[in-house]
Amino acid sequence: MMKRPEEQIPALGVVTDVRRDTPDVKTFRVVSPEGKKPLEHMPGQCAMLSLPGIGEGMFSITSSPTQEEYMEFSIKKCGHLTSWLHELEPGQMVTIRGPYGNGFPVETELKGKNLLFIAGGIGLAPLHSVINYCRHYRQNYGDIEIIYGSRSMDDLVDIREIQEEWEPEEGLKVHLTIDRPQDGWNGHVGFVPNYVKELNLSLDKTVLICGPPIMIKFTLQNLQELGFSREQVYTTMELRMKCGIGKCGRCNIGSKYVCKDGPVFRFDQLDELPDEY
Amino acid sequence: MLKIALAGIDRLFAAIAASKKLYLPIENAGEVEFSEYSEGAKVRLDALQTVKSAKDAFFPFTENMMQFHTDGKNISVEAAKRVDEDFVVFGVRACDARSFSILDKVFLADPPDSFYAARRAHGIIVGLACHRPEETCFCTNFGIDPTKPETDVTAWIEDGVLYWEAQTEKGKALTEEISAFLEASDEKAVEEQRERTKKILERLPLANLDLSYFKTHPELEIFKRPEWKELSSHCLGCGTCTFVCPTCQCYDIRDYNTGHGIVRYRCWDSCMYSDFTLMAAVNSRKSQVERFRQRFMHKLVYNPINHEGEFGCVGCGRCLRKCPISMNIVKVAKTLGGEQA
Amino acid sequence: MRDIREKLLKKIHELFDAGVVDRVVGWKAGEFCYDVTPALFNAGNIDEILYDAFCGPNQSKFLVKGAEGGEKKILALLKPCDTYSYNQLITEHRIDPEKIYALGIPCTGMVDINKIRALGISGILGIEEDGENLKIETLYGTESCKKADVLLERCLVCKGKNHVAGDELLIPDEEAPEVPKCAERMTEVEKLEAMSPEERFNWWRSQLSKCIRCNACRNACPACTCRTCVFDNPSSGVSAKVNTNDFEENMFHIIRAFHVAGRCTDCGECSRVCPQNIPLHLLNRKFIKDIDEFYGEYQAGAEPNVRGPLISYTEQDVEPSIVMTRG
Repeated sequence: MMKRPEEQIPALGVVTDVRRDTPDVKTFRVVSPEGKKPLEHMPGQCAMLSLPGIGEGMFSITSSPTQEEYMEFSIKKCGHLTSWLHELEPGQMVTIRGPYGNGFPVETELKGKNLLFIAGGIGLAPLHSVINYCRHYRQNYGDIEIIYGSRSMDDLVDIREIQEEWEPEEGLKVHLTIDRPQDGWNGHVGFVPNYVKELNLSLDKTVLICGPPIMIKFTLQNLQELGFSREQVYTTMELRMKCGIGKCGRCNIGSKYVCKDGPVFRFDQLDELPDEY
Repeated sequence: MLKIALAGIDRLFAAIAASKKLYLPIENAGEVEFSEYSEGAKVRLDALQTVKSAKDAFFPFTENMMQFHTDGKNISVEAAKRVDEDFVVFGVRACDARSFSILDKVFLADPPDSFYAARRAHGIIVGLACHRPEETCFCTNFGIDPTKPETDVTAWIEDGVLYWEAQTEKGKALTEEISAFLEASDEKAVEEQRERTKKILERLPLANLDLSYFKTHPELEIFKRPEWKELSSHCLGCGTCTFVCPTCQCYDIRDYNTGHGIVRYRCWDSCMYSDFTLMAAVNSRKSQVERFRQRFMHKLVYNPINHEGEFGCVGCGRCLRKCPISMNIVKVAKTLGGEQA
Repeated sequence: MRDIREKLLKKIHELFDAGVVDRVVGWKAGEFCYDVTPALFNAGNIDEILYDAFCGPNQSKFLVKGAEGGEKKILALLKPCDTYSYNQLITEHRIDPEKIYALGIPCTGMVDINKIRALGISGILGIEEDGENLKIETLYGTESCKKADVLLERCLVCKGKNHVAGDELLIPDEEAPEVPKCAERMTEVEKLEAMSPEERFNWWRSQLSKCIRCNACRNACPACTCRTCVFDNPSSGVSAKVNTNDFEENMFHIIRAFHVAGRCTDCGECSRVCPQNIPLHLLNRKFIKDIDEFYGEYQAGAEPNVRGPLISYTEQDVEPSIVMTRG
């Protein structure tokens, strides 16, 4: 893994493309002022983006490390900074620093495993990076299965890529679902946790899950009912962060700092920590 | 050992201040804080404690980290200058001195915080031994010897004389620079004072705190104790305990538009504040119980877990004296850890 | 005070036994004789409730949140001066008196430990009231001082022994011990008024430059009960964790004083809790003095549910231009 930057002083980035994914999610493509990828990362790691005068925030890196030209961030509009980010136009500079956090253990624990990705809404963003990384190094992983759900058809992030690139791929199964029936949707309808139970999943999978806390809670419950153990399931956490390097003291869950010890945890690891997240 | 009469100590301060910034306990409007020396300043070496701790000299209440200039869609970043000149902090008590080593483990851990690291590299600390501890002092529980602070130079004041002993290379270099003001002395007065003080230390009401519970029980068990609710029931959620604490190191990073560009500064923050963990959609610590618990879990449990058994407390007693409702780490420790002394 | 405590405990037991209340906001002994902590008690630990010369904290603000939950009423123990804040909170609909049983308790003046320390007395192990004096045991020998010299600021200008609110009194006010008033309320304000603007500015700068923005003054203030304070609201444009410059250092306190003007009962909690001993109450008292002069004598919290002079209009109100004629 590459060395973390030694500072809280950011580098500059240029937003070269802004894509509207859903009514409240946009994907931002960022390069360095020299037109290169701003920094190297591993899947599941994060970076701090900021607009001077507005604020700085931690975002998971959506693009795969194997993408050598640029980085992408899928960001949901939900607060002060993200509202401003959503106003950005191509050509706008931002500041960027990172990468931060441990990332998913794609080169160790996940290697050779059958992988099951479960995502809800914007929760696809951090998993997106892992999925494309595993697709790139396909021979290193077993079967790949993806369950992705959203409130509606319009809220499925990256649907074009999912349908055009992931679904046709051999050895990769995609299950999409939306919460309520909708005109023009002939796929599955229902909540992710329930869908998980309907799918007849084999228990030999390592699970990576990300989404709203309530979805994670019930999905995990259902996975356990199916026979999955908590040691098999990874998730990635989001807490308020400022420094990104384990110093400013706010993103801890018990004695662990999400920014440096996380954001990726296995559920059996989380069980040993206070449930303050 | 060297010495200088207190009567002429202003000359010594002036000599140090001529070449370096000098921070001393100085009284302003009735309260004593470490402040920069200037001629005529009301230096209070007799004050046992400043309101804020000496950590202010290395991790200031607020400091600029960088400045941004924006021009249309363009941004430029200019990092703030790190401290690059030596400075002296004079009159640091043993408890505050120990706090630096606790802060070091956070700020100098990889990747190091360059603002703090620069100050630590350039700071020369003159410690001042205690000889009249307060009833709220409990530093000895943490293996601190208040009669001999772990600093670059250690000083003792006895009977109108300041005794001076360099402890490190930095301390020796400073001693060289001001040797004209110092004269040789035996150690008798200092040894006698230390013996006297040690007898007082044994009589301190909080001299024998039993903190073993926090190292022998699992994190989760302590976290789940029902007493947290009652302990925190009257907590005002103010930042007093955190801001006077020598080991509290949490900070916020914020932007401020000066009208001539945007300054990104950091400032002390408090885990007791409701917005500390507030995100756009949720707050991971919803009520004061959780915030209060976080602060004391950090001091008594998380710090020892992460830093080889070292508590995040030096027993300075500031929180005992300053909390508006007189809730503090000793009451928390005794309530949860029992009194097995 | 010992007799009063015994009587108080007996009364509290009665109220619990009668099923009137199921919890009580009281004071708990600390590590030392003086570091009393406000705390919530239930039927099981009533006898731990303390009442002595260090039970200074104004508990009325706690009732804003503390009165929620619980099956029966919560018992509040109110010193005479606390009843003013209590009334004011009722007026502002911040507490519901239906959920509270307010018991008025007598007070003979509360001691400020900081004032004892300021006399140079250190290593305090025990303090006993000895007539008008305090006998203080320390690590360094026995000391003594006059109680009147070390009273809390609010006690120096005591509003008197009468309670202005409450469901019941522990002892009738007329039978309660007399409380001496040690200072005139406006003396310190008048001293500041007598200064030249420059002197006054410098005096306040020197005081306010000590501020560490711990928010203790705001969080302890019974008049500061906004759910989200303007200084904590990121979209207010003035939220900040520190005083980014001198201007803000001044403005935080001045804005706060404006915000509580006409509602401040002069309980003095702001100054009591300030870790830097900034005499913040003087800002509020200046407002009180001006309000008294402009609109006639007014004491916030003297009665519940009255409209204060700043939020009621009469034709006799001064014209805003009055500010032009005052320095």
